[in-house]
Amino acid sequence: MDPMPSALPDGEPMPEDGALPRPALTGAAERPLGFYLHVPYCATRCGYCDFNTYTAGELRGPGGALASRETYAATLVEEIRLARKVLGDDPRPVRTVFVGGGTPTLLPAADLGRVLAALREEFGLAPGAEITTEANPETVDPRYLADLRAAGFNRVSFGMQSARRHVLKILDRTHTPGRPEACVAEARAAGFDHVNLDLIYGTPGESDDDWRASLEAATGAGPDHISAYALIVEEGTQLARRIRRGEIPMTDDDVHADRYLIAEEHLTAAGYSWYEVSNWATTEAARCRHNELYWTGADWWGAGPGAHSHVGGVRWWNVKHPAAYAQALAEGRSPGAGREVLAGEDRRVERILLELRLAAGCPLDLLAPAGARAAARALADGLLERGPYEAGRAVLTLRGRLLADAVVRDLVD
Amino acid sequence: MNVPEPSRTDPALLRNFCIIAHIDHGKSTLADRMLQLTGVVDQRQMRAQYLDRMDIERERGITIKSQAVRLPWAPSEGEEKSGTTHILNMIDTPGHVDFTYEVSRSLAACEGCILLVDAAQGIEAQTLANLYLAMENDLTIIPVLNKIDLPAAQPEKFAAELANLVGCEPEDVLKVSAKTGVGVPELLDKVVREVPAPVGVKDAPARAMIFDSVYDAYRGVVTYVKVVDGTLSKRERIKMMSTGAAHELLEIGTNSPEMKPADGLSVGEVGYLITGVKDVRQSKVGDTITQLSKGAEEPLGGYKDPKPMVFSGLYPLDGSDYPELRDALDKLQLNDAALVYEPETSAALGFGFRVGFLGLLHLEVIRERLEREFGLDLIATAPNVVYRVEMEDGSEHTVTNPSEFPTGKIDKVHEPVVRATILAPSEFIGAIMELCQTRRGSLLGMDYLSEDRVEIRYTLPLAEVVFDFFDQLKSKTRGYASLDYEPTGEQTSDLVKVDILLHGDKVDAFSAITHKDKAYAYGVRLVAKLRELIPRQNFEVPIQAAIGSRVIARETVRAIRKDVLAKCYGGDISRKRKLLEKQKEGKKRMKMVGSVEVPQEAFIAVLSSDSDGDAKPKK
Repeated sequence: MDPMPSALPDGEPMPEDGALPRPALTGAAERPLGFYLHVPYCATRCGYCDFNTYTAGELRGPGGALASRETYAATLVEEIRLARKVLGDDPRPVRTVFVGGGTPTLLPAADLGRVLAALREEFGLAPGAEITTEANPETVDPRYLADLRAAGFNRVSFGMQSARRHVLKILDRTHTPGRPEACVAEARAAGFDHVNLDLIYGTPGESDDDWRASLEAATGAGPDHISAYALIVEEGTQLARRIRRGEIPMTDDDVHADRYLIAEEHLTAAGYSWYEVSNWATTEAARCRHNELYWTGADWWGAGPGAHSHVGGVRWWNVKHPAAYAQALAEGRSPGAGREVLAGEDRRVERILLELRLAAGCPLDLLAPAGARAAARALADGLLERGPYEAGRAVLTLRGRLLADAVVRDLVD
Repeated sequence: MNVPEPSRTDPALLRNFCIIAHIDHGKSTLADRMLQLTGVVDQRQMRAQYLDRMDIERERGITIKSQAVRLPWAPSEGEEKSGTTHILNMIDTPGHVDFTYEVSRSLAACEGCILLVDAAQGIEAQTLANLYLAMENDLTIIPVLNKIDLPAAQPEKFAAELANLVGCEPEDVLKVSAKTGVGVPELLDKVVREVPAPVGVKDAPARAMIFDSVYDAYRGVVTYVKVVDGTLSKRERIKMMSTGAAHELLEIGTNSPEMKPADGLSVGEVGYLITGVKDVRQSKVGDTITQLSKGAEEPLGGYKDPKPMVFSGLYPLDGSDYPELRDALDKLQLNDAALVYEPETSAALGFGFRVGFLGLLHLEVIRERLEREFGLDLIATAPNVVYRVEMEDGSEHTVTNPSEFPTGKIDKVHEPVVRATILAPSEFIGAIMELCQTRRGSLLGMDYLSEDRVEIRYTLPLAEVVFDFFDQLKSKTRGYASLDYEPTGEQTSDLVKVDILLHGDKVDAFSAITHKDKAYAYGVRLVAKLRELIPRQNFEVPIQAAIGSRVIARETVRAIRKDVLAKCYGGDISRKRKLLEKQKEGKKRMKMVGSVEVPQEAFIAVLSSDSDGDAKPKK
């Protein structure tokens, strides 16, 4: 899944060479390292999407640097070489790679393979590394999938969103119902170990039954991983404008809650278990290990315009526009736009807000006295599971998952 | 010009007068013209509303604190000897109903008054009330119409109205424009001609009446007095007759308009004195000053201790501002003998003060000064009056805070009542009577001031007046009605306490005492409003209104079922942490009532006495 909303946070400036403060690399060997690669191109822009993506094939930077789909893979490779320099003699091989967008599959499979080769060359891939790409059901075919597999990809994630035509239409998705399910079979045939389907619920106009049908279709196709997200209407999107104008009704939170319960019930019955608020997998091995890096404070380098990175308590993010991004790399500068060096308390708060979303929960000894009292109240209110609590962990109940942000607000005190 | 000196002025040359006028009828502008014409302020120093010192006064065009200015004036015409310089003491009076007592003391320092009325609007209720006060004090009244230069002026109509009220001929009503100065010299001549000179016993022990007392950060309390008998001289030891407290007279003098020390003040003269006291409560309006040795035996009449009529709880929004609030109230009290307060604790609002005021304007002025001059953010509970509760066992309670209304067997509840005077165009009689009726009023009488203007008199419970009565009156009469009221005692009424419960916990700040017939409407209204204002929580929150244990209204805030963002990936983390920090800031602005988080805005909206809940009471 795309780790990159369109708005960048405020932070301190990034040094030109992208160098990290020395403490960020201390103890790095203990942490897994992953790579996120952003592909900022789409054939059309969907009405609900606020990700950093562009429909134009060519964008030219102020200094004349060209950001085009044709040269994009080469630009990404440049950032991978910069990463090598910044991380210096860090001996870690790459454990996970995730290519997201945008629509990564707008690039030829060979381009994606070239980027992967650069990673192999500069860092090496760990044995059994998880290599995922997102894929648009309309832009792939068995041949393309086979090429990806041959290039080294072993996990593919399809944006299915819904099985219903009228829901897909509201979302501006161009694929025909049934196509994503067929993609799962094609991916299996091409030799992919792991396949994910992304679903969206709570789209205006979607009924409970529409949602059940989507779940039915998704589980019927047999992926080993399903992500289900409540539709977020982001400011500045076409969908937000249409809702504001009253053309489309807004879905309220209670409906979202109902749909979530439907998803949990259906997915559990179909053999999937939740391991993060919005993610279900058939087995532990089917979980997305790359996403788990985000949730467990591991290190990852995000390459591409607007991509976020985290190494040893330093978070930074690249400039958003593909042309500015290409320009920086062409001039040998870091494309980093800003960064923040997390203080101890920031890291504690982040751990709580990230780990509490996981089925594994977060350790109670992470909590301050006020947070611990709040945890006891949350237990009494039925928001935390008793068993894990008694074993020293805060794990959300089903109702707790739906109120996770509220629980986090109390527990970080 | 040969100007008589203080302490050596022949009382026959003195004229002590005040100006009675409604807000905006031009009193301050007239005073400005008089300062210029008599030469005490030169053109260069002149600024508009010279005498109004406090920012709030100037902004609102109202005068809260009175002063006295000594003006030399040699009449140019009339029976008086032309060219003899007289001393005109212009005593400024507060213009509002809350300060009736201070007004009455200012009037007591005068022998005459200028009744100043806007020629486009006619007399207003407060002016009428003050006119009656002046008549009770046997003052000579000089009726004057101002703003005759305005196109909308109707001098003939309102001259007839004034003549009718004062008992003179319409042509005796002077017509001036304080703005342009037209008619002002003639007015000063008329003051000299018609206002009687003060009469006192020159060789008696001194008796001086305090008509104002102002705290000055540099000089301590400045006390304004009129010497009725005898002479006060500088460096004398003086005595406050109500308390017997003795003080050294550090300075005595007159204002013209800045303070100017003198050797003393003699019979009939008006001026200031400074004793070094730091608190106006040691120099109370209405008290009599005499010499410490061989002083007067009998004080002058009319002294009263100021008595608060309206109470409100004041709480800092941020609990840690409590010490600042206490210091600010201490400071304001130095200059306001009528301000009383004591600490109180509210389960909902934390630590604060129950503060007593003379009335709503007094409340609002104090609150605004606390916020503006001391930078405090405050929550004020809805204003309430003082109830006297007699129990069946014979005990009696005085209730200044509704949440302290006694439980148990109540025999009688007494509430203060006022006599309200409303002036309005006659087309609004119906609307006004309807409003007064719903506010439990009883009609005392009605008189036509002129063909199309009436004076309506009602007895009303003060509690009904302090609850947005004035706003309602204004809106029902398109702003034309004016109101004045004075306390006239108390009545027994069928009153009950309505409590508001959130999730079963009583919210003391929302308790109110209302008439039994209105309790239901009050409960329903408040409960509905709270339902709008209280955000959904993790659990269902019942909101109830109850009299004792009987629930009279109920609403429910449904439990929130979903509060989680679907996505939390690499690029969301910084944003999410920052959002969390912001939400935690927001949480700090929540008050916990039991287990329910109530936004401070909800308290403010519910407690503001306006019925819509989003505006402060206006005057």
